[in-house]
Amino acid sequence: WSSMEGRFRPHKFRHYQHNTMDHNDWMTSEHDMGTTIIAVEFNGGVVMGADSRTSTGNYVANRVSDKITAIHDKIFVCRSGSAADTQAISDFVTYYLDMHSIELGEPPLVNTAANLVQQMIYQNKDNLMASMICAGWDKTLGGQVYCIPLGGVRVRQPFSIGGSGSTYIYGYCDAHFKEGMTKEEALAFVRNSLALAMARDGSSGGVIRTVVISEGGIEREMVPGDHLPRFLPEL
Amino acid sequence: MASIGTGYDLSTTTFSPIGRLFQIEYAHKAIDSSGTAIGLRCSDGVVLACEKIITSKLLEPGTGRRVQGIAPHVGMVTSGWVPDSLAIATKARNEAQTYKEFYDDAIPLKTLNDRVSNVVQMHTIYGHIRPFGVATILGGIDRSGPQLYMVEPSGLSWGYFGCAAGKAAAAARTQIEKLDLKNLKCKDAVVEAAKIIYAVHDEIKDKMFELEMCWVCPESGNKYQLVPKDILSAAEKVAKEAEEEDSDSDVSM
Repeated sequence: WSSMEGRFRPHKFRHYQHNTMDHNDWMTSEHDMGTTIIAVEFNGGVVMGADSRTSTGNYVANRVSDKITAIHDKIFVCRSGSAADTQAISDFVTYYLDMHSIELGEPPLVNTAANLVQQMIYQNKDNLMASMICAGWDKTLGGQVYCIPLGGVRVRQPFSIGGSGSTYIYGYCDAHFKEGMTKEEALAFVRNSLALAMARDGSSGGVIRTVVISEGGIEREMVPGDHLPRFLPEL
Repeated sequence: MASIGTGYDLSTTTFSPIGRLFQIEYAHKAIDSSGTAIGLRCSDGVVLACEKIITSKLLEPGTGRRVQGIAPHVGMVTSGWVPDSLAIATKARNEAQTYKEFYDDAIPLKTLNDRVSNVVQMHTIYGHIRPFGVATILGGIDRSGPQLYMVEPSGLSWGYFGCAAGKAAAAARTQIEKLDLKNLKCKDAVVEAAKIIYAVHDEIKDKMFELEMCWVCPESGNKYQLVPKDILSAAEKVAKEAEEEDSDSDVSM
């Protein structure tokens, strides 16, 4: 009798680990950002927000991740899906955007940056698992939010949510979003939405990170896990 | 007359002892014997025109067009070896389209000029390909406004307010310098361009020619467009009358 007899070998495919008899799934699972990400246009720029949990199976590999990555001075991306894939995409797009803005002689458009992200995701969709939100400020159209989910469609939206935690807050966001909010209103909207998602989604948690992008520059803030907005006493 | 470079002119990859590349200078000669092309950068757009010399009465009117569209917002006119100019047009079109696909943005004129110049220059460093015998004039409107560039066979290019290439380039330039381009509107520049082409056309050496013109201006929705027939005819009429006045005044002397 071989020691292999009767053992079920888990199919090493992302996320399909439910039937595994291995208890150390954190040894074999891919780094995944379950995540909740959000970006909102306001009167004068954009507010981007994300949770900070990166999980490897059931193990939280990084509880203070930074999922909002700069790809240019005033253009950032929110990353969700495979941590490795989204980091690789961000690195490529940063490179292409850098070369482009040097040739152009002026800061690139957010629309252009979003198009580059889309090209990467769409052309390599068979090999990637990346859902990203590209947002920023340029002098042509001001603050813009572009959503680029898994298949590689690109669409501009007044606000966009993504990641596994976003499913729990569609109702809240649709009910509370207003066009032309102030920076403070937009920040509150982002933080409340993230807190609600992080409370319900097991793959989202940690701290709330926000980045505000406007003509004046960038403002990064962090809300620690014990200071999250509370909606019910026990949450 | 430029000197001939006996011995140092057989290949693009050979410099002469005083640092000249004769093959590129000979490529310029192909332009100097070809119909004149001009470009005008106006206050609200660009106008490109050329003197298309017709070699036979049997040719269909309008055939062999030298003015080419490159992108929705960019037009091109050339002087020199026509098959080469069509190859450059194809490359420029590909560049503009690839840029649009990659960056979702209309290619800036400066960038397109740099890409075309690079391609032209790359044909001057290998022994197995010859230089382009064309002067390429690119004109259009982008976010920085109307712009005009001309690329020479060496790959050198500059931005212009007014430029000319071809057999009567010097005479055309003299005429262009008289214009107040910064304050000229395209609908008036069309007439000026027609007058210049008719004025510099050599009636004795080249009997027949067609005037071709395109523009990118508010009247065309800031898009590349061949100048509409009625406007073109009106401009040609003014140009012909101006020519007759000049020749009349010559005769009376």
